[in-house]
Amino acid sequence: MATKAQKTSETASKSRTRSAKAKSDAKKPASADTPPALTEDQERHAYREMLLIRRFEEKAGQMYGMGLIGGFCHLYIGQEAVVIGMQMALEEGDQVITGYRDHGHMLACGMDPKGVMAELTGRRGGLSKGKGGSMHMFSREKDFYGGHGIVGAQVSLGNGIAFANRYRKNDRVCLTYFGDGAANQGQVYESFNMASLWKLPVVFVIENNKYAMGTSTQRATAQGDFSQRGASFDIEGEQVDGMDVRAVREAGLRAVERCRKGEGPYILEMITYRYRGHSMSDPAKYRSKEEVQKMRTENDPIERVRVRMIDRGLASEDDLKAVDKEVRGIVGEAAEFAQTDPEPDVSELYTDILR
Amino acid sequence: MPIEVLMPALSPTMEEGTLSKWLKAEGDPVSAGDILAEIETDKATMEVEAVDEGVLGKIMVADGTENVKVNTPIAMILEEGEDKSALDAAAKGDKTPEKSEAKSEDKAEAPKEEASEENGDDDTEKPAGPPLAATPLLKPDDDPEIPDGTEMVKTSVREALRDAMAEEMRRDEAVFVMGEEVAEYQGAYKVTQGLLQEFGDMRVIDTPITEHGFTGLGVGAALTGLKPIVEFMTFNFAMQAMDQIINSAAKTLYMSGGQMGCPIVFRGPNGAAARVAAQHSQDYSAWYSQIPGLKVVMPWTAADAKGLLKAAIRDPNPVVFLENEMLYGQSFDVPKLDDYVLPIGKAKIARPGTDATIVSWGIGMTYAVKAAEALDEMGISAELIDLRTIRPLDIDTVIESVKKTGRCVTVEEGWPICSVSSEIAKQVQEKAFDWLDAPILSITGKDVPMPYAANLEVLAKPSVPELIEAVKAVCYR
Repeated sequence: MATKAQKTSETASKSRTRSAKAKSDAKKPASADTPPALTEDQERHAYREMLLIRRFEEKAGQMYGMGLIGGFCHLYIGQEAVVIGMQMALEEGDQVITGYRDHGHMLACGMDPKGVMAELTGRRGGLSKGKGGSMHMFSREKDFYGGHGIVGAQVSLGNGIAFANRYRKNDRVCLTYFGDGAANQGQVYESFNMASLWKLPVVFVIENNKYAMGTSTQRATAQGDFSQRGASFDIEGEQVDGMDVRAVREAGLRAVERCRKGEGPYILEMITYRYRGHSMSDPAKYRSKEEVQKMRTENDPIERVRVRMIDRGLASEDDLKAVDKEVRGIVGEAAEFAQTDPEPDVSELYTDILR
Repeated sequence: MPIEVLMPALSPTMEEGTLSKWLKAEGDPVSAGDILAEIETDKATMEVEAVDEGVLGKIMVADGTENVKVNTPIAMILEEGEDKSALDAAAKGDKTPEKSEAKSEDKAEAPKEEASEENGDDDTEKPAGPPLAATPLLKPDDDPEIPDGTEMVKTSVREALRDAMAEEMRRDEAVFVMGEEVAEYQGAYKVTQGLLQEFGDMRVIDTPITEHGFTGLGVGAALTGLKPIVEFMTFNFAMQAMDQIINSAAKTLYMSGGQMGCPIVFRGPNGAAARVAAQHSQDYSAWYSQIPGLKVVMPWTAADAKGLLKAAIRDPNPVVFLENEMLYGQSFDVPKLDDYVLPIGKAKIARPGTDATIVSWGIGMTYAVKAAEALDEMGISAELIDLRTIRPLDIDTVIESVKKTGRCVTVEEGWPICSVSSEIAKQVQEKAFDWLDAPILSITGKDVPMPYAANLEVLAKPSVPELIEAVKAVCYR
């Protein structure tokens, strides 16, 4: 998929020196050039981590079908390169916050697959002791701030995490993920305004998977280039091939670096795709099977790494099968734990309401 | 004949102010629109403009005079052709000077509401003469936890709130205050006065007018362990931020299995002010009190405002701190202690009594106190309970009182349906049914949006006579 170089409105670039500088920073990248190659270790890491999300989500879908997971369950299959590429651009202590399609983000942050899966099944060993569910998991240890079920709310919260970084004068950066649907919420723009005004160290990562639940971006947005949604607030942005982990990482590194230097927020629009429905109960009648199939066969983020590794001679088919086996083992263990771990003790009903 | 310039009312409820400075001297010519003087209320400095032409004949209230009552003559303006002799004539009462209300202009366009000693129920019947005061209100120094001999300082609620924030900000670097006009402007209601100067703009943060966004920002910062005080210019505007308060601040601790708390205070004036109509006159105490994961505090006195705000800032949970604009200017004794912190969730008996229990909180207490004084004269001894905190509700203190009096009346400015009063009535009948000698009555705001017209506004609020009648009714008097 071709990525589009960013366009900066003339007024924005003229109005403030910061914009002009930002513009020059952003020049080198995002254009249709092939992103820099990953090292063998990086390719291997990306492959394994993306595969873990893929297999985990497949298993979650299966368990949902078996009635083991209740309520809403939004799978991340197809979008794996976004979180893994972005995670590769972070340093220890940087924070992540996202919406309800959050399993991939948690695994990318290094949260325990057993804890995530047990939360999906509502068990006491779940990351939220079974009280949060699919959309509400957190990890102080891994600097993961959720897991939020109200579309767009995490954007204001992410601003607050970035604000806290500035307040504490640390050089941490907060990645605030949201989707093309959330990008139409009012508070996103309230947040853009304050983030730019106060130069908050926040990267807004818009995961444009083309459908806000069942409404395509064409039907929901007057201006479909989400990377330019910050123009009114002097926030630069660019579109990134979210199906190519290399492109994501490369754009992520630049964006995070800008933030860390105190240059303020940045927008990365990840052009991506989800293979499954919005949630498990979505038959996805709003798009054709062919559309999904085409994406899977031509543009799968994991397959792209696999092919590259084989082509570059970085791994053999057997090597990669071994990775798959290892990952399946982890997921199997998580699924086993999530089914055998007991439900929360009834006394937990009234705990954790107040401190 | 000379024109009298009167001390202007700078808001519908202002009663007095300080004449801080004359900008014209006696003998100066004056044209309509000229600024004559500056007047300071406890909230803002305002300019007084002339509305008449002439010569400033006489200044009757000197620079720096405090407590000048509204409508007091402050100067005389001589009309064309008049000289000083006209002043003498006027003084001798030969002629009645024409009255001229100087036009006032708020320099900073502060909202035109102001605190008042009265409560908007001036038109209603009041007990004649001074009450017998058989049972005076308990003073803060009656509190056994305050050491004997502690000095009491008359402090306005506004100052008490400011002092609480300043003390906590000195104590803990993680505490900061944000909101609209909290810094440069010194607070729309001057509650944050002086904080910017002491703590700087990293800790006293003016936000854009963007309630949803800045509330979410505050909550996000709190999730990382900072302790924001989010000021809403009024709680009416917090409706735009309701999702962040409830879904993000109140629920995250539970949803995270106890991992991620949200130590934040949402504070600002709540409820009706004066003559600001439906969208700016709403009491949210019942709304927030329904939410598990929130604490809801609604103080009446300055001492409680200070002690409870300090507690709220230290509390590891989200606290909704409901103030009232009509109370900001009222002064109460506040104990002079280095660290006066009160427990959240504890009601207090504001005045002991034997015949009936009146339960209220926040501004509602002003009705309760007046009614109790009037009831004294009728030989009915009312015990007043000030809840101070609505969630968690200290129902035990209420029940204990009701077991003593056998009667319970609540009073609040909020709406009657699904109100805090409804909740108290429900719990009292559950827990003290056998002790009740009469039904529980509630005097509340009326079930209407707040009207603008002065007469209708009075009707929409609860009144002291209504409360008196209710207490008499439950006492079968």
